[in-house]
Amino acid sequence: MTDYDAIIIGAGHNGLICASYLAKAGKSVLVLDARGEPGGCASTREFAPGHHVSDCAQWLSQFDQSIVKDLDLKAAGLKLGKPKATISLQSDGDHLVIDGDTISGAGVDSADQAAYRDFKKMVRSFAKLMTTLYRSRPPKLVEQNWTDRLTLMKLGLSLKLLSREHLRDLMRIVMINIYDVMNEHFSHAALKSTIALDAVTGTNMGPRSPNTVYSYLHRATGEHLGQTGTTQVLGGMGAFGQSLATAAEKCGAKIQLGSSVTTIAKTDDRITGVTLDSGEQISAKLVISSADPSTTFRRLLGYHQMEAGMAKRVECYRSRSGTAKLHLALSGLPSFTGLSETQLTERLVITPPMDGMETALNPMKYRELSDLHIFDISIPTIEDPGLAPQGQHSLTAIVHYVPYAPDIGWEAGKPQLINQLISELEGYAPGIGALVTTSELVVPSDFEASHGMTGGSWHHGELSIDQALMMRPFPGSTQYATAVEGLYLCGAGAHPGGGLQGLPGRNAAKEILKRGAL
Amino acid sequence: MSDVSRDTMLLTTPFHSRVEAMCDLNDWGNWMGYTTPNAYFDIELEYFAVRSTTGVFDLSPMNKYRVTGPDAQRYLDRLITRDVGKIGVDRVGYAIWCDDNGQVMDDGTIFRLGEQDYRICSYQRADDWLAWNTLGFDVTIENESEAVAGLAVQGPTSCTVLTLLGCTDLNQLKPFGIAHYSFEGRPLMVSRTGFTGDLGYEVWVPPESAEALWDQLFELGRDYLIKPIGSHALELARIEAGFLQANVDFMPAEEVVRVGRTRSPFELGLGWLVDFKKPLFNGRSALLKEQEKGSRYRFAMLDVEGNKPAEHSFILKGDKQVGTVTSAAWCPTAKANVAYAQIEMPHGAVGDELVAEIYYQRELHWTRLLAPCKVIDAPIFKSPKRWQTPAPPH
Repeated sequence: MTDYDAIIIGAGHNGLICASYLAKAGKSVLVLDARGEPGGCASTREFAPGHHVSDCAQWLSQFDQSIVKDLDLKAAGLKLGKPKATISLQSDGDHLVIDGDTISGAGVDSADQAAYRDFKKMVRSFAKLMTTLYRSRPPKLVEQNWTDRLTLMKLGLSLKLLSREHLRDLMRIVMINIYDVMNEHFSHAALKSTIALDAVTGTNMGPRSPNTVYSYLHRATGEHLGQTGTTQVLGGMGAFGQSLATAAEKCGAKIQLGSSVTTIAKTDDRITGVTLDSGEQISAKLVISSADPSTTFRRLLGYHQMEAGMAKRVECYRSRSGTAKLHLALSGLPSFTGLSETQLTERLVITPPMDGMETALNPMKYRELSDLHIFDISIPTIEDPGLAPQGQHSLTAIVHYVPYAPDIGWEAGKPQLINQLISELEGYAPGIGALVTTSELVVPSDFEASHGMTGGSWHHGELSIDQALMMRPFPGSTQYATAVEGLYLCGAGAHPGGGLQGLPGRNAAKEILKRGAL
Repeated sequence: MSDVSRDTMLLTTPFHSRVEAMCDLNDWGNWMGYTTPNAYFDIELEYFAVRSTTGVFDLSPMNKYRVTGPDAQRYLDRLITRDVGKIGVDRVGYAIWCDDNGQVMDDGTIFRLGEQDYRICSYQRADDWLAWNTLGFDVTIENESEAVAGLAVQGPTSCTVLTLLGCTDLNQLKPFGIAHYSFEGRPLMVSRTGFTGDLGYEVWVPPESAEALWDQLFELGRDYLIKPIGSHALELARIEAGFLQANVDFMPAEEVVRVGRTRSPFELGLGWLVDFKKPLFNGRSALLKEQEKGSRYRFAMLDVEGNKPAEHSFILKGDKQVGTVTSAAWCPTAKANVAYAQIEMPHGAVGDELVAEIYYQRELHWTRLLAPCKVIDAPIFKSPKRWQTPAPPH
């Protein structure tokens, strides 16, 4: 007899979702997390007195709506803000506004507007195809069985349904880079770089890196997963985590916070449970980890507990991010040149033209600080004033091109980089620096420490074709099972990958139940 | 091009000057990047030196890896399929290692030189695989292939010759034992191991001692009819004695490109080297599954009728082709025609009667021969001298 049917490591969104589905099916499930709050990367933190920010993920844009329904997250307290337009800030104040399929401002001509509609149509058809794959267990190509064959048949049918040109385009662009694809479609520099931004944030890539088209399409699946655009979660991301926890508990799962798993216990041939930092041992039929693959296999299981070929796969798994978060507590609402007060609540982005984006990658590659960054900004306190003291505001920004470990070290590097980032913001919001009462920069290594993501990677491992689908996280440990009997993955390191999307957790639970592993 | 001279294309061993001087046939082969003699003067006479007196084979091209550190034994236990703990200090164990799919990568010998001090002697280069295997273990791997020169000294008079060289009480050394001596002020290690199935030793010295060792061995061994032997003679001896050869009887798993061409230990008749009592080793889970589901192939030693070696033959059961031969030879001492074959399951059990489809050529005339053959349960050549301690006097 084991203590539980399943132990889930990590109360992040995927862990909680997996737990909910398993508990709904009548299984006894214990979710363990080292942090004191549920939600993992869906977290809110008070970084300055009275200022609460979504300190890891800041937007919800691709969460699978079937999960919202299945787990009745609305009843569990999930409240979303209004869908945001994307405003790409230009130094002259004539900003580029992208709202759904329409673009305006910044002198975009009708040719580019039409090209944008065509591009969106194409992306939508590709993303639809990917969504089919994302909602199911990734099919293996060699040892086919009926489930996998069915998925491949569906995929084949979807490919067949693509128009001839789209099919040709998909085959052609999926392995190339976003830089070339942008230049093929558009002439407007800011339009190109604004789209390219979505291909590189959260990665350690620049627009000319391979796999950036794949990473862009990965984001584009959001539209098909039922999410209507980019939104902020009211109450901060932590409220989203909390709603998932409430739903999981309602389904019957037990959540134990502040309990750090130190080791995954294994006998000769299978997993037996986990050991906590308190020394407590808990047994279960299965251990399902929503921690990233490097953490799960290297730190919690240990290389000496696995066969060498697998250890090699884990060691070679790429998990690095060049993306940080900037948090500013502001004494008042900042003003951005050319933006009305109501527009400040939208998603504001700042990006150099694509060549600049590529140049900005270089210092990051060589462990130096860049003097050019990409910003993806939210001022959540406009729509949700409760997140800051009355009259005050917070600004949070996803900032790309931040090295993992700069040669000068973070003690000297952080103040220098914060000044640099604020001065870059000053170019668009003159006087913003004077409003800053507290500033905080959360670099990739901080995310690694606070949220357990190896390399600070949101995706729990680089999103690239060789680490995707039936190869995610690596051959030999796919379809949510691993090469170690009784150990499963349900986090972003499993198919279909990262972002607040929920599918790894949902798919893992379904696969485990289908296999009769419990 | 001017900087590249022809003699840099293949490496030479520390014994090369002596080997070259004795290689009357000037018949050289490429053994893993080293130039080594196929034969010195006559393959069969060289072979009979091993069986009747003493044959000396330069095995310096073998790869040698030193494994040291607090986790050395745990490391090896994960690497190889047998229980390393059963190899005592100053003992040698035959071993195979597999990849995660339970497919054999290579075979070799593990020399235990101290509590946490081992040497792996392998046919294949294994630097990369051994390095990946260190993940999670506190061990140091050193490639000492070029720091250790080796001679196999094999045959009934080998113990006597080595004793004359100064290896006192060598006759007391048990099979798979290791003894340490000094030779001209440098260490000399002898292990009672070999690839011939007869009484025999392998002698390991620093390369600086190589030429002097060779000179003294042949000087002291003259009355005991010591002869150098090349790889062809050794091939004959090893087939007779039942030893497998990587790249001949199986493909090292890492070198295989085509699906299904690798083999598991069970498929090579090496299941006795797999110890499932160990909690973890590379290939364990795949091999457990294979044990449950059954293997695809069986390794069979065949006693083939007639005297035509069944080289590269198809093996038939009735009209159906059920296997192929990997090694074959007419064995002069056993006076038997032996072949090793990979037979598809369920065929090839001991006693199974099969047919070897042999093709041979005489003066450009090809002949097809259907030779009946029978699966035998043990090597055709068994010398009691191999196992006797003290080593028998000749």
